[in-house]
Amino acid sequence: MSETRYDRLDAATPMIECRGVHKHYGDYHALRGIDLTIRAGEFFSLLGPSGCGKTTLLRTIAGFEDISDGAILIDEKRMDEVPANKRPTNMVFQSYAIFPHLTVAQNVAFGLRRDPRGKAEKAALVEDALAMVGLRGYGNRAAHALSGGQRQRVALARALILKPKVLLLDEPLSALDRKMREQMQVELIKLQRQVGITFVLVTHDQEEALVMSDRIAVMFEGEIAQLDGPEALYARPANRRVADFIGVMNFLPARILGEKDGIVTAEAPGLGVVDLPARQVSRANPDDDGPTIGFRPETMTLVGPNQTHSQPRETNATIDEVVYYGDMTYYDLRLDGAAAMDGKARPVRISMRNVFGRDVQDVGTRTRLAWSPGSLVLFR
Amino acid sequence: MRGQGRGLQVYAALYLLFLYAPIILLPLFAFNSGTIIAFPLQGFTTGWFAQMWANATLRTALTNSLIIAVSASILATCLGIFAARASTRFEFPGKGGMMGFILLPMVLPEIIVAMSLLVVLLGMGVQLSILTVIVGHTLICMPYAIAILTTAFSSLDKSLEEAAYDLGETRWSAFRLITLPLVMPGIISSLLISFTISLDEFIIAFFLAGNQPTLPTYIFSQLRFPKQIPMIMALGTALVALSIVLLALGEYFRRRGNARMGGNPTGGFL
Amino acid sequence: MAKGLDAQARQGYALIAPPFLYALLILAAPLLTILTYSFLTDGYLEVVRDFTLANYVQVWTDPIVRTVMMRSLTVSALVTLVTVLLAFPVAYYVSFMVRPEKKATWLFLITIPFWTSYLIRVFLWKVILGYNGVINSSLTGLGIIDEPLTFILYNVNSIVITLAHAYAPFAILPIFVALEKIDRSLLEAGRDLGESRAMTFWRVTLPLAMPGVLAAVLIVFIPTIGDYVTPELIGGGKIPMIANLIQVQMLALDNRPLGSALAVTAMAIVALVSVVFLFINRRFLKVRL
Repeated sequence: MSETRYDRLDAATPMIECRGVHKHYGDYHALRGIDLTIRAGEFFSLLGPSGCGKTTLLRTIAGFEDISDGAILIDEKRMDEVPANKRPTNMVFQSYAIFPHLTVAQNVAFGLRRDPRGKAEKAALVEDALAMVGLRGYGNRAAHALSGGQRQRVALARALILKPKVLLLDEPLSALDRKMREQMQVELIKLQRQVGITFVLVTHDQEEALVMSDRIAVMFEGEIAQLDGPEALYARPANRRVADFIGVMNFLPARILGEKDGIVTAEAPGLGVVDLPARQVSRANPDDDGPTIGFRPETMTLVGPNQTHSQPRETNATIDEVVYYGDMTYYDLRLDGAAAMDGKARPVRISMRNVFGRDVQDVGTRTRLAWSPGSLVLFR
Repeated sequence: MRGQGRGLQVYAALYLLFLYAPIILLPLFAFNSGTIIAFPLQGFTTGWFAQMWANATLRTALTNSLIIAVSASILATCLGIFAARASTRFEFPGKGGMMGFILLPMVLPEIIVAMSLLVVLLGMGVQLSILTVIVGHTLICMPYAIAILTTAFSSLDKSLEEAAYDLGETRWSAFRLITLPLVMPGIISSLLISFTISLDEFIIAFFLAGNQPTLPTYIFSQLRFPKQIPMIMALGTALVALSIVLLALGEYFRRRGNARMGGNPTGGFL
Repeated sequence: MAKGLDAQARQGYALIAPPFLYALLILAAPLLTILTYSFLTDGYLEVVRDFTLANYVQVWTDPIVRTVMMRSLTVSALVTLVTVLLAFPVAYYVSFMVRPEKKATWLFLITIPFWTSYLIRVFLWKVILGYNGVINSSLTGLGIIDEPLTFILYNVNSIVITLAHAYAPFAILPIFVALEKIDRSLLEAGRDLGESRAMTFWRVTLPLAMPGVLAAVLIVFIPTIGDYVTPELIGGGKIPMIANLIQVQMLALDNRPLGSALAVTAMAIVALVSVVFLFINRRFLKVRL
């Protein structure tokens, strides 16, 4: 395994610690015992579907919500009795919360109101902060006349000018269009490396989390389902729900044939019998009908009629559907023998990069699929 | 399409004429030298305005009305700010019922408000005065103030105040620096509209003022005397002019508030 | 540390307390007092603390009370009908025919007359409709009629016209708001499916505007039933309505229990009508104003 981004961070310096954090809203249990350590200087994401508690967790860290039980520490200090305006955190809101009656410079300087430094010194700080987010010279503009992307930058400058220990970002990119969002993702990563402040991002967009984060906590129903780096999260999901939520995964019903020395032998229709080491075994969902074997679309390869390959396994299949994306082609395939177990057709989706010299295959073509048991995950 | 649109346009114009008929007549009679309110008009005079200016009772009534209207509009707006903020910012059991109850005077016949209040005040032996009118007017202006202020508060992004708090302000200074300036147009509208309602309110003033005259009760008492009517027409003209100025001001502030928030300038009062 | 919702609720209660307590003190307490009074007995110069239903019996059996009550209801119903019928086309015109940037101006124009002295407006209708009033003197002057028209003179008709004028903006605004909410593409869809303009209006626009119309009905009906000034000024006190009767019982005749019973009955009628209309409204659409 190659060293991942997060491995390089100093694991010994925790910035935020959540210990058994619970949050109740009346009968509703929004956070169910969150244990979490966010390291100093990392880009951390809270990822999950809406209503999973990720925004609530962020707001408890910010101090906007009290916690019902447990403790939150920031930089090794208990935050229980510290209100939001005294915490070393600042927030970029989903709506950006730019004060519409103030200019850009007044917005950015807002947090300096109680700062004893002189006027000129503050003005210089504001100019620096604006330059940092690429808005040099925008100080005198009216805030309500800005575009979405510019508001976002003002919100960043306004929060970062106070040099917080932690910057909290609540779905900061969700209001932007796709192009702008992708641009801001890169800028946010650069900005975070430049200032070295711990960033905690809340998002429901798994792609965004994968692109930007050092580590990601995936949350469902008020609990953390998995906390890992992007690569580990994608390749070795802790359970089927995480696998389902992040990226695309194919699932085939499986039968466990035996288990010996930590190696599970399983059989899946169309794939045959495979031996899987413990690191390729995850938990199934409670409501699953039994074990399943999953694999990502890009981990299997369609092999042309006269091509050779170096994969250990090969399965024959028929192409049911072809979806052409330009850079990629998606194939829906029927694996030979996939319906053997109970007669149900189980199409699987394979993606192929359209590199030079590779033809897009037609619907109805009989084809071969090359793969390795190393890319399978068993959910049991 | 065109025919139908045309017909509706003519109808709308006639309807406006119907709405404005009394107001158009008002200055005609106010500047008419004839002592009887009827056509044909006699000649031009500003004498009725002079007579109005010289009338001491009218001055007392005006002073009383202004004291009442200013007090009631400030009280109603202050109470309205509390209610509007509570209803737009906080969730608590029984909120709908409590708000509904506070807004009740809007749909309750005024005579009932006036009578029940009068019965209680007399029962308690409270001396009727402009103070009791202020109490009553505050009650009936409050729902209108709340309606206007709730609109102003609810168009405000909740995270604005949180952002200010997050940036180191206290709850109160965040409210003062961010929320208050942004809802100020709503507050001014609320003051103006409460003022206008109070200034024109008759029934409560009639029953709760004791022997103190207010403008509407003075007008009411004078309408019985044909001799006084030209002067009342002059007074009415002045009041209409005042109302229009106040309304235009209110509308101006409302639109400016909208523009400042980057909103669109449509909609109106109520 | 079981705060959370409690903290929010506490702040909410703290904020709503001043206006709520004010309404409780100035509105609820007096209303409860007259409710109590309505079950007590009238004595000479004071109210006797004997429970009785006699006041209500009198309210429901006394021919004068009944006449006045029926008149109030009829006038209010008539005013409501006339006001809403007259207002609907105007609301429709402003919502559908006026260009968006001019709508605010139109609404402003419609609301201005409402903010001018109510008493003087009512009085001016007397001037307009009177025996030597604007209409009659113009018509006789032009030779269209020989004798002044009397059907518009100091009677129920003149009360209806005056009140229809007074409550016009109250009817236009809710209908306008309801019409504005209608998705214009729905109308195009109706037309696209081959319906005539009239059919589209009947089957799409009108049902969708109904919550606004019902709101207008309530907003006009409730205050008119308690109107005191118009019967006093226009009717010259000769055609009293319920409000005038309440005032007479309460003050002139000093029969507070009977006056209270009248007031409570009037409120009950208003509440009943409101509930009926709110119920109809709910059945029509889930749209709420």
